[in-house]
Amino acid sequence: MQLDSKIPDGPLSEKWDKHRFKMKLVNPANKRKFKIIVVGTGLAGASASVSLAELGYEVMTFCIQDSPRRAHSIAAQGGINAAKNYQNDGDSIWRLFHDTIKGGDFRSREANVYRLAQISNNIIDQCVAQGVPFAREYGGQLANRSFGGAQVSRTFYARGQTGQQLLLGAYGSLSRQIAAGKVKLFTRREMLDLVVIDGKARGIIARNLVSGELEKHAADAVVLASGGYGNAFYLSTNSMGSNISAAFASYRKGASFANPCFIQIHPTCIPVHGTYQSKLTLMSESLRNDGRIWVPRNPEDKRSPDQIPETERDYYLEEKYPRFGNLVPRDVASRSAKVQCDMGKGVGDTRLAVYLDLKDAIKRDGRDVITRKYGNLFEMYEKITAQNPYETPMMIYPAVHYTMGGLWVDYNLMSTIPGLFVLGEANFSDHGANRLGASALMQGLADGYFIIPYTIGDYLAQASLDTSREDHNAFNESSLQVETRIKKLLSIGGKRTVNDFHRELGHILWENCGMTRKEKDLEKAKKLIADLRAEFWENVLVGGTGKEFNQSLEKAGRVADFLQFGELMVMDALARKESCGCHFNEDFQTDEHEALRDDENFCHVSAWEYRGEGSRPKFHKEPLEFENVELTQRSYK
Amino acid sequence: MTTARDKSCINLKLKVWRQKGPDVKGRFEAYKARDISTDMSFLEMLDVVNEKMILSGKDPIAFDHDCREGICGACGTVVNGRTHGPEKGTTLCQLHMRHFSNGDTVVIEPWRSRAFKVVKDLVVDRSAFDKIIQAGGYISVNTGGAPDGNAIPVPQEAAEKAMDAAACIGCGACVAACPNASAMLFVGAKISQYTLLPQGLPEAKKRALAMIGKMDELGFGNCANEAECEKQCPKEISIENIARMNREFLKAGLF
Repeated sequence: MQLDSKIPDGPLSEKWDKHRFKMKLVNPANKRKFKIIVVGTGLAGASASVSLAELGYEVMTFCIQDSPRRAHSIAAQGGINAAKNYQNDGDSIWRLFHDTIKGGDFRSREANVYRLAQISNNIIDQCVAQGVPFAREYGGQLANRSFGGAQVSRTFYARGQTGQQLLLGAYGSLSRQIAAGKVKLFTRREMLDLVVIDGKARGIIARNLVSGELEKHAADAVVLASGGYGNAFYLSTNSMGSNISAAFASYRKGASFANPCFIQIHPTCIPVHGTYQSKLTLMSESLRNDGRIWVPRNPEDKRSPDQIPETERDYYLEEKYPRFGNLVPRDVASRSAKVQCDMGKGVGDTRLAVYLDLKDAIKRDGRDVITRKYGNLFEMYEKITAQNPYETPMMIYPAVHYTMGGLWVDYNLMSTIPGLFVLGEANFSDHGANRLGASALMQGLADGYFIIPYTIGDYLAQASLDTSREDHNAFNESSLQVETRIKKLLSIGGKRTVNDFHRELGHILWENCGMTRKEKDLEKAKKLIADLRAEFWENVLVGGTGKEFNQSLEKAGRVADFLQFGELMVMDALARKESCGCHFNEDFQTDEHEALRDDENFCHVSAWEYRGEGSRPKFHKEPLEFENVELTQRSYK
Repeated sequence: MTTARDKSCINLKLKVWRQKGPDVKGRFEAYKARDISTDMSFLEMLDVVNEKMILSGKDPIAFDHDCREGICGACGTVVNGRTHGPEKGTTLCQLHMRHFSNGDTVVIEPWRSRAFKVVKDLVVDRSAFDKIIQAGGYISVNTGGAPDGNAIPVPQEAAEKAMDAAACIGCGACVAACPNASAMLFVGAKISQYTLLPQGLPEAKKRALAMIGKMDELGFGNCANEAECEKQCPKEISIENIARMNREFLKAGLF
């Protein structure tokens, strides 16, 4: 297999325009003859379904939730970036591009990121037209806020519910296409296999989560927008249902997986408080605009925060990174918090937390202004912790939040399986080794509204596909495999619950493949995960049957995939013998404990090709070329 | 009831609605929830109960949930007669067990409405809400060609009010809370959002008629000004939105 990124020739700023001109078009009358399956209804999946249906394709859209409006994009809080330069503060497409490349620690493709920055402006226009109630200035103009990793104010927002509002905008447009009969919606369906015929993606096997029935759906192309894999860690800020199964089934069918070890650990989450805990809650990073992060200057200082005088507080980000201060990128902020806690300067009962203090901002701007900006976040914090952040500083600690890795795609967002396109968090393409805040929403919508409508046409116009039919033998084979696996899961009848296994996997990954990594730990984790996976298939207990609404069975399949994927994640972390962005290997650091890249040997995308159960996946490299930005040591000092 | 082992833990008696499917008769069953940490969320308490049930070979309680941070709208059951439990402006996933006392009896049942059929136990079919949105809960704009985001100024007050309405999470609590199982708060919120923004005005009449027509057709009841929906809405959406919807409906019918 050869990885061909298909990046167009020519100057960076002209690549996308020229490519759009060169791509083949499908005649409007012929579009209705093509069926496209879209898996997932988050920002990427919903926007893709909408724009493809508007063009005239016949779209079938699948989601695991009871309604497409509930996809995990809904939980995004802070905002969406765009290079509008409405603030006249020096922003431009070039600067957004540059910030994103640098933020990703030079491990993403120049051409993809530039295109993303170009499209960012169209997204805002589109969403405003859809009736997304973005925050406004008194004069009626769109308001902006700043976000980590940037020195300009380019983030558009709808209170602390930006993801919700953008998703509901896309969901509205999707609903319009459903009513028009252009999108057929399948809710409470889980994609459990990809069907490949003559080397091309031609359909999926989905389980109806209410009846348990396995369904065969044929199409001319499959668009996967099934989100990220943060839940491999058990505790994360992801929705409980977020999983890797659709992407991993595609991996098993030949789609290479890129950079699985790139995991974003978000610096501002509510700390863990007990073993029964099922998920972690993010406090929007926008709080870092006005909040100051600190710990006691002396280790083991157990006084309550109001008893600790200014002089004995260590505002460690402001001291170490005076230029960016509390607004350093997420990976730097997270690691710094861990370093403080490792030194014994952590706060709270578990000593695994740092303070995020808005006292100075409240004094400066008044309580009303702060309430308008962050009121809902404060309420959420108080509900969970029973502490009032207006009066006492919040406690925060990093948590798994987003995954930059994903299925490998070329410039057209097509995976290594022709006809399988991958969008949003499920692909690997734009964020390199670290994603900047307010960029996930931007990427999901860019992929769905403004990239896939063009690139899928180019594929369909040339693919010479015969009619796809559900009675093809490949569908029967896939369906049989899925059924066999479900039966196996139900028949084990062991002694440990699915959650119990999941919790242990999460612990192994968090301890050994989390914020900092060491070769020794990774080797240990590899073995631990392999043993755990073996035990899972002998000792898991899944109740009920396959022919009914069975949430325990749903989860069992997802955890089985996370277990297998966990090994791949660790393997990838071991293979990348450098530090970059989120991937911080302690053996590779500068004298100031910053990530030390090895551009000579590791300036590439790592892509893993599945070679069957029990065999080591094959490693492929896509070299990254930088023609427009200079590779520098990332510095936020 | 025995005392919980840890001081910050409580023991509870649960009465949970169990129903195998939409066409099967359901009933309450009693369970014990022991050693529940008061820092747990309500759904984490149910997780603990379910884990024990799985280990003893029983069918765990089915309930919808996803984000567990109060925004996706998936979760929600009636707890002691109140949707999403006793705390104001709180989804069930954000309700913490510190609001219960040792020895409490907690009655847990699904949303009850003609338009929301039970799928299993506490899980209901809320696709009627999707159908109402499909009838007109959007602005008809295709992708591409939108004017610059700042081309049409939107007064800050209008944007804020639209956002107040748009904060609805579509959980269905308003329907479950209403004695008439009316969906007017849900529909009113969506109609209001688009009526308050200049982008939504061209279709305002058509939208109001279509959405309200669909709501009636699907079997939701009428508003009798009980205001239970507003009281029990986890996002505290105001019934002002119902008034605005009625005005829009009237305007659409008259002019």
